[in-house]
Amino acid sequence: MSSTMHMHGGIGESIKRKEDARFLRGKGNYLDDFVLPNMLHMAILRSPHAHARIKSIDTKAASAQPGVIAVVTGELMAQHKLAWMPTLSGDTQAVLATDKVRFQGQEVAAVIAETKYQAEDARDAIEVEYEILAPVTSPDGAKAPGASLIRDDKEGQKDNHIYHWESGDQVTTQAAFAKAHKVVRLHTFYPRCHPSPLETCGCIADVNGVTGKATIYMTSQAPHAIRTVFALVTGLPEQQIRIISPDIGGGFGNKVPVYPGYVVATAASLLIGRPVKWVEDRTENLISTGFARDYHMTGDLAVDENGKMTALRVHLDSDNGAFFADAQPSKFKAGLFHIVTGSYDIPTAHVTADGYYTNKAPGGVAFRCSFRVTEASYLIERLVTNAALELGIDQAEFRKKNFIQPEQFPYTSATGWIYDSGDYPKAMDVALDQLGYAELKKDVEARRKKGEVTGIGIASFTEVVGAGHGAEFDILGLRMFDSAELRVHPTGKALLRMGVKSQGQGHETTFAQIVAEELGIPAQDVLVEEGDTDTAPYGLGTYASRSTPVAGAATAMVSRQLREKARKLAAHLLEADEEDLVWERGKFYVKGSPERSKTIQEAAFAAYTNLPEGMQAGLEGVHYYDPPNMTYPFGTYAVVVDIDKGTGQVKVKRMVAVDDCGVRINPMIVEGQIQGGLTEGFGIAFMELITFDADGNCIGSNFMDYLLPTAWETPKFEIGQTVTPSPHHPLGAKGVGESATVGSPAAFVNAVIDALSPYGITNIDMPVTSDKVWAALRSKGVTE
Amino acid sequence: MRVNGAERSGDVEPRVLLVDFLRTNLALTGTHVGCDTTSCGACTVLLDGEPVKSCTLLAVQVDGREIKTVEGLANGAALAPIQVGFHEEHGLQCGFCTPGMMLVASALLERNPNPTDDEIRWAISGNICRCTGYMNIVKAVQYAAKMHSEAAKAPAAAAVAGGGE
Amino acid sequence: MFPAAFDYQSPATLDEALGLLAERGDDAKVMAGGQSLIPLLKLRFAQPQLIVDIGRIPGMTEIKRDDGHVKIGALARHVDIERSKELAKLLPVMVEAVRWISDPLVRNRGTLVGSVCHADPSGDWGSIMLALDAELVARSAKGERVIPIDGFFEGPFTTTLRSDEIATEIRIPLPTGRAGGSYHKLERRVGDFATVAVSLQIELDGNKVKKAGIGLTSVGATNIKAKKAEQALVGHELKDDVIAESAKLAAEAAEPKDDIRGTAAYKKDVVRVFVQRGLKAALGRAQEVKA
Ligand SMILES: Cc1cc2nc3c(=O)[nH]c(=O)nc-3n(C[C@H](O)[C@H](O)[C@H](O)COP(=O)(O)OP(=O)(O)OC[C@H]3O[C@@H](n4cnc5c(N)ncnc54)[C@H](O)[C@@H]3O)c2cc1C
Ligand code: FES
Ligand code: FES
Repeated sequence: MSSTMHMHGGIGESIKRKEDARFLRGKGNYLDDFVLPNMLHMAILRSPHAHARIKSIDTKAASAQPGVIAVVTGELMAQHKLAWMPTLSGDTQAVLATDKVRFQGQEVAAVIAETKYQAEDARDAIEVEYEILAPVTSPDGAKAPGASLIRDDKEGQKDNHIYHWESGDQVTTQAAFAKAHKVVRLHTFYPRCHPSPLETCGCIADVNGVTGKATIYMTSQAPHAIRTVFALVTGLPEQQIRIISPDIGGGFGNKVPVYPGYVVATAASLLIGRPVKWVEDRTENLISTGFARDYHMTGDLAVDENGKMTALRVHLDSDNGAFFADAQPSKFKAGLFHIVTGSYDIPTAHVTADGYYTNKAPGGVAFRCSFRVTEASYLIERLVTNAALELGIDQAEFRKKNFIQPEQFPYTSATGWIYDSGDYPKAMDVALDQLGYAELKKDVEARRKKGEVTGIGIASFTEVVGAGHGAEFDILGLRMFDSAELRVHPTGKALLRMGVKSQGQGHETTFAQIVAEELGIPAQDVLVEEGDTDTAPYGLGTYASRSTPVAGAATAMVSRQLREKARKLAAHLLEADEEDLVWERGKFYVKGSPERSKTIQEAAFAAYTNLPEGMQAGLEGVHYYDPPNMTYPFGTYAVVVDIDKGTGQVKVKRMVAVDDCGVRINPMIVEGQIQGGLTEGFGIAFMELITFDADGNCIGSNFMDYLLPTAWETPKFEIGQTVTPSPHHPLGAKGVGESATVGSPAAFVNAVIDALSPYGITNIDMPVTSDKVWAALRSKGVTE
Repeated sequence: MRVNGAERSGDVEPRVLLVDFLRTNLALTGTHVGCDTTSCGACTVLLDGEPVKSCTLLAVQVDGREIKTVEGLANGAALAPIQVGFHEEHGLQCGFCTPGMMLVASALLERNPNPTDDEIRWAISGNICRCTGYMNIVKAVQYAAKMHSEAAKAPAAAAVAGGGE
Repeated sequence: MFPAAFDYQSPATLDEALGLLAERGDDAKVMAGGQSLIPLLKLRFAQPQLIVDIGRIPGMTEIKRDDGHVKIGALARHVDIERSKELAKLLPVMVEAVRWISDPLVRNRGTLVGSVCHADPSGDWGSIMLALDAELVARSAKGERVIPIDGFFEGPFTTTLRSDEIATEIRIPLPTGRAGGSYHKLERRVGDFATVAVSLQIELDGNKVKKAGIGLTSVGATNIKAKKAEQALVGHELKDDVIAESAKLAAEAAEPKDDIRGTAAYKKDVVRVFVQRGLKAALGRAQEVKA
């Protein structure tokens, strides 16, 4: 079916995707497509209130409804010690509320019925009596004297403060600020947004009453980690738990955590002895599952008289919701936020962070970013543009003057990161060229003279992805390595099994290409399997752009391992000395006589049929890769906007995106990832918002209110690239899934602020909606 | 109703949504559900050739009418041009929006065989894709449009060369 | 998300439908395109016992010109208006506006009359019909009545239509002489309901305005007819000061609330901006028409 059938599919080839075949025919296997014999359906009753004490729950009427098998409450879960579960940040989270509800949408009870229609009907018949408590809806509210104590369930918790965390050097930073020529301050709020994959979360729990084996189909980006968490939560032996993560309709971080629904469905299946399916609707997805961001940040940048940055100071308040459930390495309370010095050679920096409980949904997932890198990147890039505008220096010039220079790599940042490689000026130059920056600036000047409101924004981000290494990075103590198991069959075809899990990134193609490159078996002949914990090797999963940096490296390493065995086999077949063999993708030949050669397929066959004395049969291996360092993708994005003075509407005229993610394995897939990420960044910058009213009601609870960009307003992106390989990654690749979401919001907002700067407007928080732009212009007396 | 060319029937409550009937009663799971508010288009099917959101139709409403789902696009082993376009131009990532996108696009090409990029963007503006950023979806539709127009020319050429069928 | 259970009837004739409503109207809901009703059923905001689907009743899909009116049948869908060559000639403002109503797929099902009966203050058709001075034809088992659109909307989602009535068509008087209109909609994203929208229609006599219509969307409990703003135009040439005055009066007629889409002040000002822009556009179009 494919125009690329005949291609080898090595690194750098844009072969078409192998996984497409089933999706194009509507034959994908998404969670909700599975129907197990005897399967029941579950619907969850959620709290309508942000903060309330549960006085009583009456399930009688619901239990009597047609088709209802069981109604599960927190009390029942508590009897099985399952009313609470651990979060990914070492806190606890209610599975079904027993004492209080702490956010609107919190799980209160569940109905299990024969059909999903019946389950929803009965859910409406559950009666809950609440005593409403004052809600806390922001960190400021959480700090306020007399604020309700949200986590009265936790012993010793006297207020709503969760953590204080610091990075960098306070003393040297203070000293640098004391000497600063100029200090530029930006206070900004990166609002709560939501990954909103088009497929919501769900599971089918099937606990076999005879064997006790729990098979759980689940929309999970990290099936192995989930299995371990499940074993810890439920007390089931880990070999008795099998998580199957089928085709996933997008994840973007939303499908990393364990959600209460999974636990309830599993408990229900265990108690009832039948499979139980639970699939969220969109509102449930938006109001209760892993959100992202919600950081209130204040940044100060010190600059000397030559326009050189001398110090950075940042404080942030994090709004974590009712349970501290950020998905992030346990050492770092604010994720990897301390990458906040970004692409700049800033001698000293100090970061402080405080986390607070609020009556909002828990989560704090990395929405297409590596653990809070997006917030950091946004802050520094906004701050840098504001500083340039305030100092009257061109945004691009100011950045170039302060970039970490190519010869400074490996570069140790003020907060301790060791940047692997980069050429920031080059990416900037490519972007500015592509944009025609010099001409555009003149055009902007001319149009401003005519009273038009127009501007250019730039962001030169640096990301940090590919966690671990395992000594520093873990999820609940599990080191962040990843794995690949490669089996080459006698006929030279291969099966590759991975610990990561694709949600649309094209793993079945990309990882086959790595094998094609490293072991010489055409990509078409390599079947990639992921997601079944009974068959795949243990891995930490796909998020934080870690699949290519970590699992991709594992694939390269296991391929190389098998290639060495194949070399022995080829030597045996050729009756030559191993050292005399030359590897050329797909075959070994004897040095000096290329006609004496054996293909990898011939070597594979020999592994099962004709072995040298003493060698173990088979051509199989597994590799667990623990990266020596993170990788640091970067790029420069540039945006041009026009603003309608009368309505405040912003029109993105152009968007140029130059990315450097090191070596690109499948350039077509990489560009697809970038285009998708830019679109999410565009959405976050201009329309996506989860917010709450004073009573703690969630606004943004469905797709009429939580707006995702359509094809109509999404800009036509102009994509460019530079390639600076990672020196420590076996393939030189850095990972790309998220750069665009990390880097682009600041570029969009910077363009708006540049456009408004002639009027003295220095900030508008995201989403930059027309009413905010109008209000800003109005406050300066500008009107149509 | 006729679904993908075959007569299908089932006994359902009036409140059953068309999307549930297709997915549950007919096991046609290529039609997806992505929202509760008629906002996303993951559930798109063709009703008498026109794209509609099957989450906002009752199954009983389409009694006697013609439905086409993603499963009805290909002709046996042969993919329809729109499917080939999505594959060649990398018009899908997770694939969840893809059935809806392809159905809208194929209906567009029926009415307008040579759409501009903006006409394509407009036609798919009721369908959300969270993964691709739409650039490649537009290209995929253009690819299919080109295949159609080449196929339209080809039989004529073949007729000259081979003297007809 | 699924609807609660209900009975369903899809009568083959109008009389049959009216008979059902005469009997069970209070517990019933009429369904046309279902694009507003089914979402409400799914959210269980509406839980009628009976749905009377009028979709199979013949003879109500037409858009036709008839003694000084354009008549639009109850089952004429948004997409039919979008594609209507007749309307493009007679009332181009409708064809311009319809493109901004919901999305292409919803437009393949939803109807103009259904939209007006739904009486969503954020609905677009209501304001357009107010600007164009349309009339609704309602039938019940007892007979037929003609309801001027001005006064039809009583509040959010409530109208003067009785529960035993079906609106069978809407009639729009044809503009005479040099006429032009325009529709301006501010939406957060394509497919969204309006933050603010303004519908304008003017008819000229020489250089002076003979008749003017201004309808406002999303700035009150119903679609609003800005009568003072209309009157400020009649008998005048559309000079800048006249336009500005009308725009100011229209903004005063708006009664928006603060919400996630913006503050009341913002919405009022956008009404002003849109009336200014819209009148200029409408004037330009009217002047192009050969008298
Ligand atoms: C995602 C989405 C976006 C939308 N965006 C917009 C938008 O931007 N602007 C806009 O104006 N609308 C919008 N709508 C609404 C859409 O235009 C609907 O089609 C329209 O409001 C209702 O028309 P319908 O034929 O579907 O009516 P139905 O849903 O069938 O009925 C709506 C109501 O009117 C009553 N009714 C319908 N027809 C009659 C009749 N002939 N006689 C008596 N009562 C009747 C019904 O009983 C019901 O109460 C949107 C809808 C959706 C789902
Ligand atoms: S499921 Fe989203 S529009 Fe139908
Ligand atoms: S490909 Fe994932 S939603 Fe479109």
